[in-house]
Amino acid sequence: MQKEISKKKIVVKDLNLFYGEFHALKAINMDIYEGEVTALIGPSGCGKSTFLKTLNRMNDLVEHVRVTGSITLDGNEILSDVDVVALRKRVGMVFQKPNPFPMSIYDNVAYGPRIHGIKKKSQLDEIVEKSLRAAALWDEVSDRLSKSALGISGGQQQRLCIARTLATEPEVLLMDEPTSALDPISTSKIEELCETLKKNYTIVIVTHNMQQAGRISDRTAFFLLGELVEYDLTERIFHRPRNEKTERYITGRFG
Amino acid sequence: MRRRRKMKDWILKSLIWFCSLLTVLFLVWMILYIVSRGLPGINWAFITTPYNLFRNQTGILPMIVGTLLLIVTTLAVAVPIGVAAAIYLTEYARQGRVVRMIRFATESLAGIPSIIYGLFGYIFFKNTLHLGFSVLAGALTLSIMVLPTIVRTTEEALLSVNPSYREGSLALGATRLQTLFKVILPSAIPGIATAVILSMGRVIGETAAVIYTAGSVAKIPAVDRLLTSSVRTLSVHLYMVALEEADFVSAFATATILMIIIALLNLLANRFARKITDRQGMA
Ligand SMILES: Nc1ncnc2c1ncn2[C@@H]1O[C@H](COP(=O)(O)OP(=O)(O)OP(=O)(O)O)[C@@H](O)[C@H]1O
Ligand SMILES: [Mg+2]
Repeated sequence: MQKEISKKKIVVKDLNLFYGEFHALKAINMDIYEGEVTALIGPSGCGKSTFLKTLNRMNDLVEHVRVTGSITLDGNEILSDVDVVALRKRVGMVFQKPNPFPMSIYDNVAYGPRIHGIKKKSQLDEIVEKSLRAAALWDEVSDRLSKSALGISGGQQQRLCIARTLATEPEVLLMDEPTSALDPISTSKIEELCETLKKNYTIVIVTHNMQQAGRISDRTAFFLLGELVEYDLTERIFHRPRNEKTERYITGRFG
Repeated sequence: MRRRRKMKDWILKSLIWFCSLLTVLFLVWMILYIVSRGLPGINWAFITTPYNLFRNQTGILPMIVGTLLLIVTTLAVAVPIGVAAAIYLTEYARQGRVVRMIRFATESLAGIPSIIYGLFGYIFFKNTLHLGFSVLAGALTLSIMVLPTIVRTTEEALLSVNPSYREGSLALGATRLQTLFKVILPSAIPGIATAVILSMGRVIGETAAVIYTAGSVAKIPAVDRLLTSSVRTLSVHLYMVALEEADFVSAFATATILMIIIALLNLLANRFARKITDRQGMA
């Protein structure tokens, strides 16, 4: 299969994370492949979001966090002293609840490029249009770019957040349950988006929706109580899981 | 059973209604009373001429100028310091013992009677620092007095900014400083405006601390000595004409002008905050 020979974008080795005394991630080993959609599944509280946030060092914001092990992005260690600003530019993140800034649609998308030093109006215009098109939102908002981003629908807001992230030209896109707050139509739009975006980006997505994982991901990782129980091609995870717990979870007979 | 509950409901509602009505009525009555007694004393000359009892001039222009001067100077000192302190406390300081102590200190500071600030300002700013009775001594004293309000209100405003904005900004690779200036502070502007309004209110209403530090000279300061001259604020003037000259026509007229100025300043600050929130589309 072609998928199996694609390049390793992120390599996680023996990753442990502690919130104070609490051992939230236990000896995780995982390779994330370039140009694929990797889904993270597992029951609530198993550490999916925590794992996702180690990939762009958003865990730095939490007090009393301790991380051991290694994560490399294109072969470069990101857990030791790395420029987190540069890292987060390369590894973008979309959150569970759409969180557009209280400013215009245009300014939301231009936010990232602006803080990274782009000032020319024509250049910004170009980036904004390109990003909104990539997030399949351009046609819906092109006539009201100067209107507040808080005035559009939740599904549109989430796509705006995706556009905002794309505008900084990341290589990896982390999404934490990006559709859990959305209606079915918006959800399917974002799922389609994943399909097109993976041509240019490596996507890691957390989801509670088994069908969604099955539909959009190439590989699936099943987490349980801070451990990575099973990680394989999505097809295998869903049809021939090796671990009994994985099977029970996927078939909804868990707990 | 049901009827009794309905009855209780009705009594409670009427009571609340009655109390609200009483408050509003009392306020309206007070304002009407002051304005009706003040209006006859107000004319163009009253607000545009100087004050000189020997020449029989009883205008309050110096007091209007003095009040505005003191407000502006106080805010110019207190707002930057207060906002910066609030930013430090909420965004940068480790939330531990030291911060709790600072919070406790600011809260205690807010409860101290103004006359004590006045005394402190008199000894420290006027005497020790040789500022004399002056706008500067007054403004510095009042700054200390309003700082707790500004810090607390701004802190509340910063803390109430949706944390997901901060996350979103940082996740895009913004630094903390960029996040602060581009996302957090703009969202906190309405709260900061509230702090400014409250501070203006305290400066305008203060008499004791002002007499001790800014003095009570009823003259418009020379342009080159704006900050080093003594001024008399409207409240101080009100106190003096009422108690020392028993000139109640002037007193009520001054009170009316005072209320108009407060209303105007509040309106202005609200407008400003509204404009900013409108731009953010939060309204
Ligand atoms: N800031 C924190 N401080 C302490 N413990 C935390 C913190 N954040 C998460 N945890 C704990 O770490 C564990 C993993 O949390 P995490 O948010 O990663 O779970 P999750 O798999 O994303 O769950 P969900 O599906 O509900 O989003 C949970 O037990 C949680 O209580
Ligand atoms: Mg989560």
